[in-house]
Amino acid sequence: MRKTQSILPGFGPALGYTLTYISLVLLIPLAMVFLKTLTMSWETFWRTVTDPRVLASYRLSFLASFLGASINGIFGLLLAWVLVRYRFPGQRIIDALLDLPFAMPTAVAGIALTTLYSTNGWFGRYLENIGIKVAYTPLGVVVALTFIGLPFVVRTIQPVLQDLDKEYEEAAASLGASRWQTFSRVIFPALVPSWLTGFALAFARALGEYGSVVFISGNMPMRTEITPLLIRTKLEQFDYTGATAIALVMMIISFILLLIINLLQNWNRRRMASH
Amino acid sequence: MSIKVEHITKNYGDFQALKDLSLDIPGGELVALLGPSGSGKTTLLRIIAGLEQPDSGRITFHGEDATSQSVGKRQVGFVFQHYALFRNMTVFENVAFGLRVKPRRERLPESVIRAKVHQLLKLVQMEWYADRYPSQLSGGQRQRIALARALAVEPKVLLLDEPFGALDAKVRKELRRWIRQLHDEIHITSIFVTHDQEEALEVADRVVVMNNGRIEQIGTPEEVYEHPANLFVYQFLGDINLFQGRVDGNRIKVGNSEVAFPELAGMAIPDDKTAIAYARPHELEVYGESHGENAIEAEVRHVRVIGPTVRLELRRRDNGGYLDAELSKERFHELKVRVGERVFVELRNLKIFVEDYQI
Repeated sequence: MRKTQSILPGFGPALGYTLTYISLVLLIPLAMVFLKTLTMSWETFWRTVTDPRVLASYRLSFLASFLGASINGIFGLLLAWVLVRYRFPGQRIIDALLDLPFAMPTAVAGIALTTLYSTNGWFGRYLENIGIKVAYTPLGVVVALTFIGLPFVVRTIQPVLQDLDKEYEEAAASLGASRWQTFSRVIFPALVPSWLTGFALAFARALGEYGSVVFISGNMPMRTEITPLLIRTKLEQFDYTGATAIALVMMIISFILLLIINLLQNWNRRRMASH
Repeated sequence: MSIKVEHITKNYGDFQALKDLSLDIPGGELVALLGPSGSGKTTLLRIIAGLEQPDSGRITFHGEDATSQSVGKRQVGFVFQHYALFRNMTVFENVAFGLRVKPRRERLPESVIRAKVHQLLKLVQMEWYADRYPSQLSGGQRQRIALARALAVEPKVLLLDEPFGALDAKVRKELRRWIRQLHDEIHITSIFVTHDQEEALEVADRVVVMNNGRIEQIGTPEEVYEHPANLFVYQFLGDINLFQGRVDGNRIKVGNSEVAFPELAGMAIPDDKTAIAYARPHELEVYGESHGENAIEAEVRHVRVIGPTVRLELRRRDNGGYLDAELSKERFHELKVRVGERVFVELRNLKIFVEDYQI
């Protein structure tokens, strides 16, 4: 069989390096989770991961992460739009501020949010009056996860929006489209791939988040306990296999969800295959 | 539909893109806006379309003031230089776009939209490509789809920004001819922008030559080519040889030779005023020997045979300037000149331009 020649040199070394790197950084640590779990019997494993407290934490973690990522999906898009399309004083500062949730220790974010939203905090005080409790409720978890996921959608959409030629909008307008029609039929479809990426990143980040949530959630079992915290609790009780079992299930569900998002993107890309 | 542009000015910061420009375009014509880059031709087109607002002045469509109308309301079809086809839509959906975004009351039933789009695709000879995406088409095909999309909303005016700019030479020529034919079929008032004089002269009913935010001349292709209003138009519409000279009564001194210009008589141009005489390469007459005082001695530097014509690059002996001459092949064989040999260029059929005077 003849070897197919690629125009780019170094396919062999590049692939070798990639595989080594992924193995060292990603696959081997993940495999350890897997191996550790294998030391359990099937019954104990099943009992551990279907414990009502664990199931409740899965529900809260995935639901709150999804909600947080969705909120960021909407407002991140809006923020990116404003930052790219308009010029206003203080723009640079706002642009730079956006990355802060990445840089801040998450515990600091958690404490700050808790102070704001607790019953006598600046926001919590007024929200309490209209019957909304944020701190120590699932809503508080959503708030924290929204906060830490903010930069993803903005940062993935920004460059694409910047490169989007004004001609497309002008073409739509000259054909009689309203502004909303231009946005929904022409601009948004062009942003969907990067928007999905941003959403997936924010979602994934929220799933793994621990530091900021533990302060605002109150960590009540069955109600405001997220899966990462539950894992940590198990570790503190030296139940290492129990912790890895819960982690494994979470990993598998996360992987499936991210894979679906990836497939969606691929399908979308193939549809408008750029030349 | 006729278009009237009255006293339009447009500035971008310190740059004056259009300077008090007025233009009348009768209905049904195919008009070319011709000019070098930066002459304001695209700005003018975009102002007519409503994609840009003039700083002052008025645009009327068929007598109706359209200056403050938005682009969507003006009923213009605009074809962009880079087509701006929607990448996430098929060819069919691209063409149907303008019909689908109409308010519900005015929207045609789906079956009528389908029929109309197919009819348009047939008109632009792309009926087999309805399900393709723009990225799967060649440049020329994209241009046709962009045109079909613009025509779908039945515009009163069709505006095309450098419609052939991004295409290769052969496709350009085909598409040019095809657009001319299409215009003869549907007779919609059309304006296109180009910097290619050949394109403008070949396709348009009328040519508007622009320079520096102003109109230099308006006329049929023949008028602007044969009777250029000024030196700029003359220079822009083709290759040109310039002869710097000085006025001497009704004669012009060019180098050591003198040429009589009877039309200078009675104009009372002061002697020694700078004059520029000019001629196109095919208007120069080249001889092997001098016969007369109004010939310029030159040396042949290059000979290029292009099909039935021969181009000579000549270097003047008197001041070292270069001249281009174009001969027929027969004439070239009669002359029997080679590179490095001496020839004489007869100064005849010259046009003349003297600053501040209309000749």
